[in-house]
Amino acid sequence: MYQYDKYDQAMVDARVEDFRDQVRRRIAGDMNDDQFKPLRLKNGLYLQLHAYMLRVAIPYGTLDSRQLRKLAEIARKYDRGYGHFTTRQNLQYHWIKLEEAPDILAELATVEMHAIQTSGESIRNISADQYAGAAADEICDPRPWAELLRQATSFHPEFSYLPRKFKICVISSPADRAALRWHDCALRIVRNEAGEEGFEVYAGGGMGRTPFIAYKIRDFCPAAQIFSYIQAILRVWNLHARRDNIHKQRMKILVHDLGEEEFRRQVEEAFEHFLTLGTDFPQAEYDRIAAYFAPPPFETGLPEEIDRTDPDFALWVDQQVIAHKAPGYAIANISLKPIGGIGGDVTAEQMEVVADLAKRYSFDDVRVTHAQNLVLPHVRKIDLYAVWEALREAKLADANLDLVTDVIACPGLDYCTLANARSIPVAQKIQQRFADMDRQRDLGELKIKISGCINACGHHHAGHIGILGVDRKGTENYQLLLGGSGAEDTTQAKITGPGFDEDGVVDAVERAVECYRTLRDPGERFLDTYRRVGFDAFKEAIYG
Amino acid sequence: MRILTGNDLKTGAVIWWTGRGWSIHVEDAADVGEHGEAILAAEDGARRVNGGYIINADETPKGPRPAHIKDRIRALGPTVRPDLSLKPADPAAGEWVI
Repeated sequence: MYQYDKYDQAMVDARVEDFRDQVRRRIAGDMNDDQFKPLRLKNGLYLQLHAYMLRVAIPYGTLDSRQLRKLAEIARKYDRGYGHFTTRQNLQYHWIKLEEAPDILAELATVEMHAIQTSGESIRNISADQYAGAAADEICDPRPWAELLRQATSFHPEFSYLPRKFKICVISSPADRAALRWHDCALRIVRNEAGEEGFEVYAGGGMGRTPFIAYKIRDFCPAAQIFSYIQAILRVWNLHARRDNIHKQRMKILVHDLGEEEFRRQVEEAFEHFLTLGTDFPQAEYDRIAAYFAPPPFETGLPEEIDRTDPDFALWVDQQVIAHKAPGYAIANISLKPIGGIGGDVTAEQMEVVADLAKRYSFDDVRVTHAQNLVLPHVRKIDLYAVWEALREAKLADANLDLVTDVIACPGLDYCTLANARSIPVAQKIQQRFADMDRQRDLGELKIKISGCINACGHHHAGHIGILGVDRKGTENYQLLLGGSGAEDTTQAKITGPGFDEDGVVDAVERAVECYRTLRDPGERFLDTYRRVGFDAFKEAIYG
Repeated sequence: MRILTGNDLKTGAVIWWTGRGWSIHVEDAADVGEHGEAILAAEDGARRVNGGYIINADETPKGPRPAHIKDRIRALGPTVRPDLSLKPADPAAGEWVI
C-alpha cells in the first residue's frame, strides 16, 4: 500500500499543528463557533448528538495492521472502546472531546492517517472496490489511480471551496461492488479494442434528497488523460453550480438540469483546454505510485481444497469467502453484522484481532467495504480454518454476507444530529426477525439499506429493500422502498406508499420477502423477482 | 416549559441550563420562560456552552421531559447502547425516550 514520503508527512503534521492552534484559539475565545466550525469540519470533526464525532479517512478502504491497531488504541484511549465503519469506507468515533482532537490527529499522523476532507465542501475520501488487487474479475488494481487522484486533489485550491461535497469512486471490474453510479464522478477501468487501459467515466450520480444515477459521459478516456478529464468535470460544475441554494449545489443537479448531452459537451470543451496545460500524471509518477500496490509475493503450488469437515466452518466459507485471482488464495469477508448488534461497529479488541490476522495471514492488508464490513483480501485457502477460528473467538464469524441480515444502516437518530429517526433499532429488529440461518440462505442475496434521514448515508435508494426514517409530527416513521441496486445493474428504489412505525416496517419487510418467496422462479434473487413481476404485486402484498 | 440545552465546548457533552449553571442531567433543567435567548447569548459569549438552543419540555414528576425524541435521546444517550447512557444500571431508562 502507499507510504507517505517526506512531503506527505510534513503536510499532515503541519495540518495537525494548525488545528491544534485553531482549537486553542477557540477554547480561549479568540474565535466564535461560526468562525471555528468550518475549520473543524475541514478536519473531519463534527458536533453530533452526544459529543464531537471524528471521521477518519481510510483512502480507498485500505488499511494495514499498524493503522488498525492505532485505530484501536485511539478508540480505547480517547473514545469509548469502539469505532464505527461507514458507507464511505471511513471510520467514525462518536465520543470525542474537542480538547483532545488535536492529539488524536497527531496519533493518526504517526501511522500515515488523517481526517482531512472527510467533511466540508471538498473531494471526499475516494472509494474503490474493496477487493482491489485480489478480485478474480478485475482488469488491474484501481488503487494507484485512486491514490494519484487523492494526491492531486488534496489541498488543490480549485477544489478547496467547491459548491458542495464531491465523491469519486474507482473500480476495474465488470462487477460493481462499490456503488459506482451513485457517485458524483465514477471511473471504471476498461480496455479498448487496442488493449489500452482507460476509463469509462460516469458523472452526476448521488443519493440524498434528490437521487440520480450517474450518466456515462465517456466510453473511453485514455488513462494518461484522466486528470484532465476530471478537472474538466469539476471546472464545469464549479462555474455553473447553484451556489445560491443548498439543496441544488451538488453536481448531480447541474448535470440533470443541463441534460446529459449539454453537460458532456461542456466537459469535452473544458477537457480540450486542460489537455493543453500539461497537468496530467506523468507515466513515471503513475509507475512510482503503482509500485506501492504491487501484488504481494503469492506462493505457488498451494492446494485449492478446503477441508469442510466442520459444518459451521463450511457455512462460513460458502457465504463469506470469495474467489481470488491467485491460485490457492481466497478473499475472506468479515461480517460486522452480528444478529442484534450494531452494523459497522467494532470494538478495539476486535480491531486488534483483525489486525493480527491481517499481519499473519493476509500480507498485512485489511479492507473496509461500503457495506460496513471488513475484508482480509489475500488468505491462503489452507489458512482459512485458522482465520475462521480466530474470528469466531472474537465474535466476528457471522456468515451473512449480502443476506437479509447484512443490513446497511446509518448511525441514525441514536447518534446523528441530522437524523429524523433511528436506523439501528430497525436493522436489529429485521435481523432478529430473519435470524434463522436456513431462512436467510433460502432467501439468498437480499440487500436491505436503512437511512435515518433524506441525506441517505444508509444508501436506502440503492437497497433491494430500502427504508427511510422520517419525522412525522415528532414521532419516527419509516417509508419502505423497493427495487434499488448499487451494483452493476444500478437502479433507484421506489417508495411503496404510506409509512410505518418501527414494528410496522419490520412486518412490511417480511410481507415483501414472503411475496418474493411465493412468486420467485428457481434461481431468482429478490431483486430479479421484483423486476420480473413488477412493483404492484409487491405493493399489494405489503398493503393488502 | 422551555429549557435550554447545548454542548460543552471542550468535551462536547450534552448540557442543560439549571438556572445557575449547566448540568449533564436533564432532570436539573430549569424553566427559562422568555429569558432563553438572553441566557444563551451570555453563556455562549462566555464559552460555557456551544450550539445552545431552546426547546419545549413537559414537566413530569421525574423532571423535565424534552418534547422531541431527538432531545430525549440527547438527554439519555444512544438507545442502542444503554451501557453508554447516563443511566446504564436502569434497564427501563430507554422507555423514557420512546
